[in-house]
Amino acid sequence: MQPYKKHTSIAALMDRSNVDTDQIIPKQFLKKVERTGFGIHLFHDWRFLDDGITPNPDFELNNPAFKGAKILVAGDNFGCGSSREHAPWAIEDYGFNTVISTSFADIFFSNCFKNGIIPIKVTPAELDSLMDEIRANEGVEFTVDLEAEKLTTPGGIVIKIEVDAFRKQSLLEGLDDIAWSLKHEDKITAFEEKHKQQLPWLWK
Amino acid sequence: MNKTMYEKIWDSHLVHEPEGGTPLLYVDRQLMHEVTSPQAFEGMKLKNRKIRNPHSVLATMDHCVPTTKAGRAVLVDPIAKKQIETMAANCEEHGLNLYDMENPNNGVIHIVVPEHGFVHPGMVACCGDSHTATHGAFGALAFGIGTSEVEHVMATQTLQQKKSKTMLVKVDGKLTKFATAKDIALAVIGKIGTAGGTGYVIEFAGEAVRNLTMEGRMTLCNMAIEGGARAGLIAPDQTTFDYLEGKEFAPKGDDWDAAVTYWKSLVSDEGATFDAVVELDAAEIAPQVTWGTSPEQVINVNAPIPGPDDFDDKIKKQAAESALKYMGLEAGQSLTDVKLDIIFIGSCTNGRIEDFRAAAELLKGKKVAPGIQAIAVPGSYLVKNQAEAEGLDKIFVEAGWEWREPSCSMCLAMNGDQLAPGQRSASTSNRNFEGRQGKGGRTHLLSPAMAAAASVAGTFVDIRDWD
Ligand code: SF4
Repeated sequence: MQPYKKHTSIAALMDRSNVDTDQIIPKQFLKKVERTGFGIHLFHDWRFLDDGITPNPDFELNNPAFKGAKILVAGDNFGCGSSREHAPWAIEDYGFNTVISTSFADIFFSNCFKNGIIPIKVTPAELDSLMDEIRANEGVEFTVDLEAEKLTTPGGIVIKIEVDAFRKQSLLEGLDDIAWSLKHEDKITAFEEKHKQQLPWLWK
Repeated sequence: MNKTMYEKIWDSHLVHEPEGGTPLLYVDRQLMHEVTSPQAFEGMKLKNRKIRNPHSVLATMDHCVPTTKAGRAVLVDPIAKKQIETMAANCEEHGLNLYDMENPNNGVIHIVVPEHGFVHPGMVACCGDSHTATHGAFGALAFGIGTSEVEHVMATQTLQQKKSKTMLVKVDGKLTKFATAKDIALAVIGKIGTAGGTGYVIEFAGEAVRNLTMEGRMTLCNMAIEGGARAGLIAPDQTTFDYLEGKEFAPKGDDWDAAVTYWKSLVSDEGATFDAVVELDAAEIAPQVTWGTSPEQVINVNAPIPGPDDFDDKIKKQAAESALKYMGLEAGQSLTDVKLDIIFIGSCTNGRIEDFRAAAELLKGKKVAPGIQAIAVPGSYLVKNQAEAEGLDKIFVEAGWEWREPSCSMCLAMNGDQLAPGQRSASTSNRNFEGRQGKGGRTHLLSPAMAAAASVAGTFVDIRDWD
């Protein structure tokens, strides 16, 4: 995982609520056994016309003003549906490292952190103002500073990024969760011994 | 302190609680299928890591698996073939118990795991699949995880987990004859919304829940995720113990008695507090049908289809408008006037023996309406064999249904079974998202009995006044 650095990038607007993982990465693309290369299929069914190749001119992300965006601003309840990590893989591979919404589905939320993406939760009023700023100035760039826990916009909006200390550290350093947990292997082993005595049938 | 069942399970699995960090929770069981595991195995290989407890894993193949004998013999989709072969090779390499396509125990992960008693009350169980919530029916804390977490569990037998809030969903009273666990699930989601349970683990309780069979409880917990919840839970009781006793992975002999005593201690204490409480009256739950592209867009079968004007909330208005457009429906229309193309009974929500029995009862001596394709996909070979032993397959086939081999099939349309653009289905699965059953396909969720009746009528039917 890449360390998450402070950046100023174009914010793309997707004013849709309940964007589910089936839309983020339709299941016909889940059959790969690798982790990479999902970006070209991000939002496939919306992004392309029925032939599956021609970009749909009406789809938000095909707006030339949003080309190269790293920040995605979307409606309520983003990422609901399945647990497929292919969704954040596709988002990351497409080029986003920040998703902003009023709420995120639980599994999607934690999957983001494992892939160097920050999901930023904002209030409905904050979301409205961010969306308004993008509408008024398509291609506008927002600044995300994780270290300072702040998102700022040229229009003067300042939003605090709520993120727990551990996740923040892992993102900033690009740390591997498994390596962290394995540092506690002695505790896992001790727990397992105790658990085995209490519930011996789990090991039979 | 009085604890909820969730808190008891949580406390008994806490390995480490670092200051300012995320707690480390022990995982007793890991379930696997071919779609969400390959990248985790790849990660293990790259770091040269071993699976900590291979005996804690049960794996199957279900998502990409065809539902015809010929299709299973020769996999024509090269990418599906690769995924299935990769799964077999990974399980072989790590010494994992795999129910592959030829195995008599093969089927959908959340159907086969309970059939063998692999998850018990009080356990923590995970799978790279959101419908892992199903196993909460046994009073186990079971939830879906992403592929990075699958790898994390493989390597450490733990997960970095945040504690959830608790929600009690109490369904008191008795269900009417034609309302099922599926209708409770849909009614709950209709009430709380698909984000209503976000951040919560739901405990389902009340007379109507107690009265459900294990199959019904699994259907209910299965859809907890559609209400946004991390997991669903139902307190273990005699129904649970009777179901588990004698199963392959259930405790035996003296262990059994010790286990039952332990399991009984897990139920929420009298007076334990929940962060939220939702109450429903079972007697008022009518057969449910979804009309939109989210499981919360659901109505009683005899209610008119709502439109944007029926919602006060701006977002719900907008959602209703786009759902009606996608679904090709109009506000005020009656569901009984909507013409269907495909009927599907199956999935980890409603692919169990009881579901096929309920459907067969309505199908006996009847015929599928002209122009309708009706597909029955048992959730596992054990379900299929049981149904055949009871002669249910004949009832389906004589009514004009196709009787297929087990798979996830049309639930997510990854194996070739799918809707064509514009086609409309009545489906016993769990998600009606845009394109879930094929690009442009229109999905209505309902119970197996309602699906069976719909196949005969060619449209939705209020089975309460049907003969
Ligand atoms: S039946 Fe459907 S919901 Fe269940 S595991 Fe398969 S794809 Fe997922």
